[in-house]
Amino acid sequence: MPHTKRRRLVTTALAVSLGATALAACGSGDGTEAESGPVSLTYWTWTPGMDKVVDLWNKGPGKKDRITVTVKKQASGDTLITKILTAHKAKKAPDLVQAEYQALPTLVSNDALADISDEVDDAKDKFAEGVWQQTTLGTDAVYAVPQDIGPMMFYYREDLFRQYGLKVPTTWEQFAETARRLKQKAPDKDLTTFSAGDSGLFAGLAQQAGAKWWTTSGDKWKVGIDDAATRKVADFWGGLVKEGVIDNQPMYTPSWNKALNTGKQIAWVSAVWAPGTLTTAAPDTEGKWAMAPLPQWSADQDVTGSWGGSSTAVTTDSAHKEAAAEFAAWLNTDHDALNALAKEGGIYPASTSAQLSGAFSNPPAYFSHQADFYTKAAGIAKTTAPSAWGPNVNVAYTSFKDAFGPAAKNKSDFTAALRKVQDDTVADMEKQGFEVAR
Amino acid sequence: MSGSTSRRSYGVKGAPYGFLLPATVLFALFFALPIGYAVWLSFRKVRVSGLGLGSGARKEVWAGFENYTGAFRDSELLHGALRVLGYGCIVVPVMLGLALLFALMLDSEKARLAPFTRLAIFLPYAIPGVVAALLWGFLYLPDVSPFYFVLDKLGLPQPDLLDGGPLYLALSNIAVWGGTGFNMIVIYTSLRSIPAEVYEAAELDGATPLQVALRIKIPMVAPSLVLTFFFSIIATLQVFNEPTTLKPLTNSVNTTWSPLMKVYQDAFGRNDIYSAAAEATLIAVVTLLLSFGFLRAANRRNKQEATG
Repeated sequence: MPHTKRRRLVTTALAVSLGATALAACGSGDGTEAESGPVSLTYWTWTPGMDKVVDLWNKGPGKKDRITVTVKKQASGDTLITKILTAHKAKKAPDLVQAEYQALPTLVSNDALADISDEVDDAKDKFAEGVWQQTTLGTDAVYAVPQDIGPMMFYYREDLFRQYGLKVPTTWEQFAETARRLKQKAPDKDLTTFSAGDSGLFAGLAQQAGAKWWTTSGDKWKVGIDDAATRKVADFWGGLVKEGVIDNQPMYTPSWNKALNTGKQIAWVSAVWAPGTLTTAAPDTEGKWAMAPLPQWSADQDVTGSWGGSSTAVTTDSAHKEAAAEFAAWLNTDHDALNALAKEGGIYPASTSAQLSGAFSNPPAYFSHQADFYTKAAGIAKTTAPSAWGPNVNVAYTSFKDAFGPAAKNKSDFTAALRKVQDDTVADMEKQGFEVAR
Repeated sequence: MSGSTSRRSYGVKGAPYGFLLPATVLFALFFALPIGYAVWLSFRKVRVSGLGLGSGARKEVWAGFENYTGAFRDSELLHGALRVLGYGCIVVPVMLGLALLFALMLDSEKARLAPFTRLAIFLPYAIPGVVAALLWGFLYLPDVSPFYFVLDKLGLPQPDLLDGGPLYLALSNIAVWGGTGFNMIVIYTSLRSIPAEVYEAAELDGATPLQVALRIKIPMVAPSLVLTFFFSIIATLQVFNEPTTLKPLTNSVNTTWSPLMKVYQDAFGRNDIYSAAAEATLIAVVTLLLSFGFLRAANRRNKQEATG
């Protein structure tokens, strides 16, 4: 008995100290001060090296306007969304947050993001229309300033394509043909894999095909995950998996790294940030890869989708929205800031003028032989199809993983899996009370 | 004079409460309150109006038992529970069986290098669950695993351990590898506390070492076995680390593989903390019922044995 008691006390003491740390952590997220005088802002971001970029602000324009920004490094993607929403519940969200484009509707729907259209409207013409539109959600408001984008491209092993006599596919039909021909010539190799773990990749491919997953008409949402364009994409990849001409295992695993590094998989449908991934995943094949535009659905088309990309947003909890918006605009449009972002954070800027200057005048080290890498990339970025995100992208993305995982494994019907994603997404929206048009 | 006596008697009377106070306050603040809040949340839900954009479009409202009926109707939660049941049916008997076997072997007089072996078997327990799962994940992946390399060289069949039935074995293996050492130590410690007279008596009666093990040692460590069984059931119901870590490596583990993964997914993947709270409450109740039910059954048996 005394034993258990003591242990319980130790446990409680531990709980107390943990609780205290948690409280301290909560408190430090608060960066609000009196209205007059110097302003200090807190910024949640996952971009590496952001503190160095922010230093430029704090020593330059920020010093002049007496606006100091403090960076709090965060985990990327969905984890941060949850954290922002939780902090917002306590009215303690930071002034500035980094958010992926597809997460913006979720944040806006939770009333976490402030409308900064008055402050940042001047920046509009620095970005491609399709990119800017993602931050307005099709309304008159502006909820964020675009930071980086991920236009999709086709990466392939130049040497192995030559060895097997393969041509770089310009249409998806040719892509399928290339996969089949490779299987004939080298049965143990695959052109690429269909990864059920990467919802963003599939979303980008659907976007290229012209899919609009979430649209609004009047006071109602329409969910089109199961639309004709997406079905075409699902059918195409499902067919290749069923035929056995491409692999069906997820990406970003040790196996996948090895497959890329040893030439077991000789191509990758990816985005502009691929050089960074390839550098770590396939270090032995540096200089053997080349980049080309994504294959098209018909030969006379020239569109791409996007995979990844994020923006800087101001929260409704910020006491200094104007100052925060000023910083967000500077960060994503100023020449020096973008240069530093590219150098320190390795991002591909959304700002069109920055895509060809400074850090992007030379190709990435991994693609040093493809001198026009970034010229080509900027050209491809211009062809990005508009995207349409809704308030529960997170649900659709999870449902995608759970539905397409078994479908890829069993090489079964991908359109049935797609229908499940559509149904799950609509059911979740209706459960929350959104008006959904049937 | 009388004042001081009365004060003293008051002090003596109040003392236990004074001593209790810190623990009670801490218990209320960091245990009862969060649980109460979770239960409260489980009866709430979010109501969105119209497009759900802009301020005031999202309200928290009373949901009654809606989240609970939803959880009962959600087949994924039940499937998760069944998957965990299957997993537990492998883990618990194998792990406890091995733990008991190792403990008996270490306790036998013929054991050599006992301290080293004990440490070696215990060591995996010191490795964090996520690290262990990652480690085994690498060993299960055909393309990077040395085992598959050897199987390939020997021309033997190479089963896919991250799929179908073998997936359960793969997951159980991680738990057994990590947990056997701890349970072995618990059982071994209680084996060491059996008085030497009992063995002497057994020896005089001509019992073989096997008979000693079966007739004396195992019945005498029964309370430890009950304890380890109890811990194992709770650990099984709460399995989360292993499937979560293996999930990105395979198409076969979904985001709601175990009930706790479903709770996590609802709370942090779908941002629906209300359903997650209801599911968490359900899981807690089931865990309580199962573990207390088991303890009760074990106690009743002990009493019967004592009287009978």
